[in-house]
Amino acid sequence: MTYQAEFRVWRGDSTGGSFESYRVEVHEGEVVLDLVHRLQATQAPDLAVRWNCKAGKCGSCSAEINGRPRLLCMTRMSTLSPDEPVVITPLRAFPVLRDLVTDVSFNYAKAREIPGFIPPAGLGPGEYRMQQEDVERSQEFRKCIECFLCQDTCHVVRDHEENKSVFAGPRFLMRVAELDMHPLDAAAEAGLDRRATAQDVHGLGYCNITKCCTEVCPEQIRITDNALIPLKERVADLKYHPLVWLGSRIGLRRKD
Amino acid sequence: MTEVERYSYDVVVVGAGGAGLRAAIEAREQGLRVAVICKSLFGKAHTVMAEGGIAAAMANANSNDNWQVHFRDTMRGGKFLNNWRMAELHAKEAPDRVWELETWGALFDRTKDGRIAQRNFGGHEYPRLAHVGDRTGLELIRTLQQKVVSLQQQDFAESGRQDQARYEARLRVFQECTVTRILKTRTSGGSTTGGRVAGVFGYARESGRFFTVQAPAVVLATGGIGKSFKVTSNSWEYTGDGHALALLAGASLLHMEFVQFHPTGMVWPPSVKGILVTESVRGDGGVLRNSDGRRFMFDYVPEVFKGQYAETEEEADRWYADQEHNRRPPDLLPRDEVARAINSEVKAGRGTPHGGVYLDVSSRLPAEEIIRRLPSMHHQFKELADVDITREPMEVGPTCHYVMGGVEVDPDSAATPGVPGLFAAGEVAGGMHGSNRLGGNSLSDLLVFGRRAGLHAARYAAELTDRPVIDEAQVAAAAREAVDPFDETRIGDGPAENPYGLHQELQQTMNDLVGIIRRAGEMEQALDRLAVFRARAARAVVEGHRQFNPGWHLALDLRNMLLVSECVARAALLRRESRGGHTREDCPGMDRNWRRADLVCTYTGDGIDVTRKENGRIRADLLALFGREELARYLTPEELPLATPGPPQQTDDASDSQSGAGQ
Ligand code: SF4
Ligand code: SF4
Ligand code: FES
Repeated sequence: MTYQAEFRVWRGDSTGGSFESYRVEVHEGEVVLDLVHRLQATQAPDLAVRWNCKAGKCGSCSAEINGRPRLLCMTRMSTLSPDEPVVITPLRAFPVLRDLVTDVSFNYAKAREIPGFIPPAGLGPGEYRMQQEDVERSQEFRKCIECFLCQDTCHVVRDHEENKSVFAGPRFLMRVAELDMHPLDAAAEAGLDRRATAQDVHGLGYCNITKCCTEVCPEQIRITDNALIPLKERVADLKYHPLVWLGSRIGLRRKD
Repeated sequence: MTEVERYSYDVVVVGAGGAGLRAAIEAREQGLRVAVICKSLFGKAHTVMAEGGIAAAMANANSNDNWQVHFRDTMRGGKFLNNWRMAELHAKEAPDRVWELETWGALFDRTKDGRIAQRNFGGHEYPRLAHVGDRTGLELIRTLQQKVVSLQQQDFAESGRQDQARYEARLRVFQECTVTRILKTRTSGGSTTGGRVAGVFGYARESGRFFTVQAPAVVLATGGIGKSFKVTSNSWEYTGDGHALALLAGASLLHMEFVQFHPTGMVWPPSVKGILVTESVRGDGGVLRNSDGRRFMFDYVPEVFKGQYAETEEEADRWYADQEHNRRPPDLLPRDEVARAINSEVKAGRGTPHGGVYLDVSSRLPAEEIIRRLPSMHHQFKELADVDITREPMEVGPTCHYVMGGVEVDPDSAATPGVPGLFAAGEVAGGMHGSNRLGGNSLSDLLVFGRRAGLHAARYAAELTDRPVIDEAQVAAAAREAVDPFDETRIGDGPAENPYGLHQELQQTMNDLVGIIRRAGEMEQALDRLAVFRARAARAVVEGHRQFNPGWHLALDLRNMLLVSECVARAALLRRESRGGHTREDCPGMDRNWRRADLVCTYTGDGIDVTRKENGRIRADLLALFGREELARYLTPEELPLATPGPPQQTDDASDSQSGAGQ
């Protein structure tokens, strides 16, 4: 079961570019990345694209397919209409380097702004004890493959370059939440208030919980519901009243 | 000459997977300035694909576990060809390396009493693998990545938080850069023999710009060679770079004939053929069946493992609940055995419609349990194959997964014997796993020997009184070699070659002729073809310019793939026996005399030379961990211990090993 598909791929670099059209044969069971590879091998040997694992595990092959942020290796051709062209563009929120490859250094810079795990004093290696249910929330966030699709899609920065300096983006706000929910993180003891910094340094206030990040996450992490909203609630708790916060938190908590 | 950017560090680590990052962290914590160079973005290394777990005898799940049992399992898995000292250090130090990850923020799955949970895996006597669902490799990479970042934050803070560049003052990651040559100090005559490490030459993938990093010590941590084979679980990065860099720098490789075919890769659809299906599926209760529905693994327990595995389905099934009183199911035999068994079933016409066998977990565990324990597998099959593993069995077959062979190193220091300043750790290093690696022993290997390589590279660099000087003639030669593919005039009248086409032919050849089952005639044919490929690769021509040009990158990677493929084929042709990841149809038995031999590959200047080298005797106290009857299956009569030696002694270099809590 093969057919000819039309691919319209953005080609260019930081100085500009345009779409190029290709006709390429599609075989059963293929994903978009297979077709990009076929283009490289047969028609466009210098077509630039990032990829690594081709199994949805590394988060390298992020791009936009028909305007939607997606992983090229996890988008099956069978989910796209065979009669319409497949339009592939680089991630819109980041500067283009070449073709489908963008400069994602924004994300690495944001990662550096978040202080890492602070080990508890007095517990040596091998002495950590944590219950499974207490690590599960942070574990969900650690499923993140750093594809940056959520960073790309979030409207706070997608078309607002000026917000980039003050907003860490969903992936890294989630990192703050992850550390805040880590059962043994000793930030407080070290004089670091992760909740306050989420708001004051990492721009949590810019997020207006539209959930677009959650929708594009290939790991199906419930970024907004499980990381951002609880983090906002914890910040609110800080600013208002602990008991009010607790009540609202229990009331609001979703059951999946 | 083309423009070349210049940097200078104390230690250069090539590769940012588990071994590379662990080495970099160690060298930085020893107070040295470290550069990490990696082909992908930081945090994308192939290690993220490791699923099952990290093997370490922490004894959280079964208090009978200890380093001796882990050592024994490792030697059995490797069919006693392992460098026993590496296997010993690995078994002793793995628990410390895992616990240390927790202090850096890793969150493993837990036992009821709050410790790190451990799961069963093929070839391990007790549940031993620390894990996070089936995404353990991702957790390991992220933890190390975040540790690197926190060290950078420290440097930034110490410098007064003004200058962003201070983040990278002592530990810098050069991402999306490829190293094409190890540079050495000039020797009289300018040859590659002699001399010590002076740095590396490479290019930035994004811009195509060349650079050198001057450094007295280089740690290779580049991973494996799977991209020389057609059906593989490996990512594009696995082009044998470190193996080839070591050869070209004058170091030697050993055990290159041993390539692990993981028994369970996806077989359908074709575009995902080879992608890994984790062994945890079997560790957690999944079973293999042929098209008749028979659990065929009971028919394939080899002589050396007789008596160690369950003989009936009932006993095998009881084992999951009660491991004290039952033997483990044969589905959990070491990988080489399972891969061969699947191969035989398919050949005998008992395969699935797409040429694999069935791996069934749907009839064995409730759906929620499957989704909880094997989330990525559930996701992967649903997304890529439209198969719901909670309802139907998977179709699986062997896929090229890991190379046991690699750079010959000193077991304690990870230093290459012949090239001062060159170190290697992780998959690119050879010896630790013998002829076959056990699942779970890879991640622990990365951590144990990554740390050792970083430590000893740092010590070596710190002790030098003079910094080695880069030989500019080597830089010029490396730059010329790198731009060659753009120069169409160099090939004269012959046809230009497309690197993509050549790569596909190479993969097909290695898969068909030096694959899971080998024959002398086919390997000779492979060597003939490799010679032709080498000549054709010299005529590879690419279009475009140097900015992020994948065709050019591939043309340069071909050199490495061809070198390692030749090593594999030559060593495999020489070893006239079957052992672990080397199966000869024309020499089917395991030969105790061959156990004493390592095959060592070196680069002659225009090809690969293989020599046979006797490996050292296993220390008596380690041999005493095995029964005499078992040893007699592996060792020649003259190697067998005469009497029973005393209890194991501590022989660790105290300054190398921390606390020893796991010993
Ligand atoms: S929920 Fe918040 S972080 Fe996520 S896309 Fe919307 S605004 Fe951005
Ligand atoms: S949270 Fe999801 S979308 Fe965002 S980077 Fe991580 S995996 Fe990608
Ligand atoms: S290539 Fe790794 S996620 Fe697509």
